[in-house]
Parts: sequence; C-alpha cells; structure tokens
Amino acid sequence: MLELRNVSAAYGNIQVLHNIDIEINSGEIITLIGANGAGKSTTLMAISGIVPVRSGKILFEGKSIHTLSPDKLVAQGICQVPEGRHIFPALTVQENLDMGAFLRNDSEGIKEDLDYVFSLFPILAERRSQDGGTLSGGEQQMLAMSRALMARPKLLLLDEPSMGLAPLIIKQIFEIVKKINKDHNTTIFLVEQNANQALHIADRGYVIENGVITISDNAENLLHNQDIQKAYLGI
Amino acid sequence: MDYFIELFFGGLTRGSIYALIALGYTMVYGIIGLINFAHGEIYMIGAFTSFIVATVLSIYGFPLLAIVVIAGLAAAVWSSAYGYTIEKLAYRPLRKAPRLAPLISAIGMSIFLQNYVLLAQTSDFLPFPALIPDFEFMEPVAHIVGSSDLAILVLTTLVMIGLTFLIKFTKIGKAMRATAQDKTMAVLVGINVDRVISATFVIGSALAAIGGMLIASHIGQINFYIGFIAGIKAFTAAVLGGIGSIPGAVLGSLVLGLTESFATGYISSDYEDVFAFSLLVLILIFKPSGLLGKAETKKV
Repeated sequence: MLELRNVSAAYGNIQVLHNIDIEINSGEIITLIGANGAGKSTTLMAISGIVPVRSGKILFEGKSIHTLSPDKLVAQGICQVPEGRHIFPALTVQENLDMGAFLRNDSEGIKEDLDYVFSLFPILAERRSQDGGTLSGGEQQMLAMSRALMARPKLLLLDEPSMGLAPLIIKQIFEIVKKINKDHNTTIFLVEQNANQALHIADRGYVIENGVITISDNAENLLHNQDIQKAYLGI
Repeated sequence: MDYFIELFFGGLTRGSIYALIALGYTMVYGIIGLINFAHGEIYMIGAFTSFIVATVLSIYGFPLLAIVVIAGLAAAVWSSAYGYTIEKLAYRPLRKAPRLAPLISAIGMSIFLQNYVLLAQTSDFLPFPALIPDFEFMEPVAHIVGSSDLAILVLTTLVMIGLTFLIKFTKIGKAMRATAQDKTMAVLVGINVDRVISATFVIGSALAAIGGMLIASHIGQINFYIGFIAGIKAFTAAVLGGIGSIPGAVLGSLVLGLTESFATGYISSDYEDVFAFSLLVLILIFKPSGLLGKAETKKV
C-alpha cells in the first residue's frame, strides 16, 4: 500500500533520513521504533508531505506521491496524528472533529464516522461543546485520533500516541488502535518510543537509528531480539 | 445632556468605522502574524472606487438606494481584488522570511499605492456626494443624531453580525480559526492554507472598502492620503482591543471612537489625536496584550 524507496530527507542542510526503505501492506499495523532524534517523526512528516523528500520515492497504492501537497495527500486517504497531538485549542471538540472531515462532503458518512468515534471514546461525546484546549492529555490524544478518523483514512499515521500519558490510558489507547485496525481494516503506521507496547499490537516493525533503518522483522522476532531488548525494551 | 448624547453617537459612528478597518488588521495578524500596513490604502481605494461608481451612476440618474448598493459592492469587490493581489505579490513570497521582511514589504506597498492613486487620480480633495439622505423620521432628533450616523451604525452592525456568522459557523470560517491556531495541523487535516489566507485578505479588504465608502459619504471629501491616518487609527484600535482578537478589534474601535469624540467635544478638537494615542500608550503599559487579547505563552 505504502512504499518508501530509498528516501532521504533533510531540514535545510541537516540530513535526517538516509536512504530509507519501508513497505506497508494494506490492513497491517507496522511500527517504527527508535530513540529520540532518530528520524521517526521526520519519516511521518515526509510521508505527509510536510518535510520535502530530497531523493528517493514514496509510493501510495502504486502511485508516486512525494511531490503532492499535504492537502492532496489527505484527500488520498493518508492522515496523521502528529506528535504532541496538536488539538486546535480554541475550537470545541465538535469543531475539531469537523476539521478532521474538512475535505469531505458526504454528510451521511460524516455522521456515521462521528457516531463511530463517539463509540470508541464516549468521553468526547460528553465534552463535545467544550474547547479542545481544556481537555486532559489523554482526552486530547483521543480527540486527535478521532479527528484523523473523521477523514476516513486508508492509512493512519500515529506519532507517539502514548507520549506523556498515564499507563492505564496508554493501554486503552493501544487497544483502540488495534480496534480501529480491525473495524475498518485501516492500515496503521505507528511511531513509538514505547517499543514494548507497540510491538505487542504490531504485525511487523522497523528499527531506525540515526536516520538509517537497521532492523526490519516481524513483531514477534523483534520482541525476542536481544539487541532490541537491551536498547529499547529495557530487559 | 443633548450634547453628551450627540458626542456619544458621534463616537459610536466613528468607532464603528474604525472597527470595519481594524477587523482587517486583526484577522490578518491572527492568521499570519503580519501587520498589513497597506490595509489603510485598501480602505482609501474602496473610497475612491465608490466615489467613481457613485458619480457615474448619479449622472445616469439611478435612485439613491441603488447607487449606495452598487457603489458599495463595486468598492468591496475592487478592494478585495487589491487585497488578494497584494498578499500574493508582496507577502506570500516572504512567508518563510524573517518577520521584518514582510513588514517592510507592507510599508512599501502602502507608499506605492498612495502614490499610484495620487498619480492616477489627483492630489486634491474631491467632494464626495452624500449617499445617505436625511430620513424624515429622524427629524425630531436630527440636531443630536444625524441620519448618516444612524445608517452607519445600522450598516456596520449588520456587517459585523454577518462576519460573526461567517467565522463561527461556515466551513471557511472554521478553517480560518483552525489555521490561526495551529498552521501545521491545519495543513495536516487537508486545509489549503494559502487559500484560507487569501480568503482572509479578501474579507478584510471588503470590510475596509465598505468603511471607506461610509466615512467618505459621512465626511464629504476624499483624497489619496486618507488611508494613512485612518489606517493608523484602526491599527491603534486593533492593538487597544488585543491584536488577533475579533471582538477585541470591535471593542477597541468603539473605545477609541468614544474617547476621541468626548475629548474633541469637551476639551478641544486639537487634542483628538493626543487622547487617542495616549490611550494606546496607557494600554500598552498596563495591559500590553490589549483589552481582550491573550498574553502569548510559549511552551518549552
């Protein structure tokens, strides 16, 4: 479904990604794990068209997409929940969700998806007329994910959904990620520092170090890989 | 008491005109963080456009109401075209440049437009036709509140209700607020930010043009320089209310208009600007973010 071929990306003169190859098939949950500053978020921003691709190719459903503008990518079905959640603070919960469906005009389908996200996160229904900025961290993460779902994405990019949240909430968020994947066969690309949790729900995983993919394997093998246990799982 | 009421309504009229211009400053600042110094010139171009259209139409004997509506629309459309073009030519290429660069570009645009109108039109004051007739029902109070004051108050109130509706409930309005709050995220949900910024300039310019027509008809004369002082005053009003805040721009404008009106009426018209700008200095000292503005907090 999504394929990164030999992708390099840079912020100005500082090259962050070096010839990265990643392949994601339809319906999979793929995780990208790595330390701070390894290039995880940059990878997502390159897919979303925010960070320009220096060389290499990004293919989505067989078509080259790395020259498209970010709004065109959303229209194609690639949605990102960025690191730090980026809730519109002075828009209500409902308006935040409306913004997620910005490019859609099918009011029936929007209504359906609204019911769906409220069934995933009932707390958001209770808070729908409250400003997004007044929500707690966990609620904001729920809202950010729901907002992305309102675009009915084919590929959902999640950047550190567990960051700064309590363990109980993290568990809930990961369960929901799994559920979203099952309910709508939504392909998920999950970037995480919380490697243990991520590998438990993922099908396959990639490890990135200093902008280079060093290991790629199925999640089970990665969980038992001794190097990874030492570096990322704290065992 | 009559005198007080007269000054009060005079101040409201003045303030609501300022508000029409200040909204453009505040909306543009809210969305791209730029003080659009060419905005006063947009207002001046609106006044000139409505002057030309109104003059032509009155030669052909159109009824007054038709003249007001057509001249107002023409001014709004023409000024919007200017606002749209200015953004595209002078600000968009500098979107990623340091903040000072577009600011200087804006000042350059302002000077350019003043001189362009000076050369293309005239340096003289032109008598502007009174577009608002004396209403009969206003006769008993005409010595306190003029018909033109009333018309301006009603029209600006309607325009502001329309604007509030647009920003609160329409898709483009929500997209504008979203873009102002978090540009990266706005891009990530698929909003075409360039288009939203253009829309902001178009709306702000249309409001300024309507303000230009109304005040020109109220005062009765225009020239190429009127945009400068009106622009500075409206900018003051926007800062007073808290730049970036839409209700703030309206409140700041009314406060400024009333202050000027009372200062002129009770003290001396020589001190009109002194009071206006002293108010600004006081606000900046005691409440730097303005009456309704939020203090900028930076998360580390």
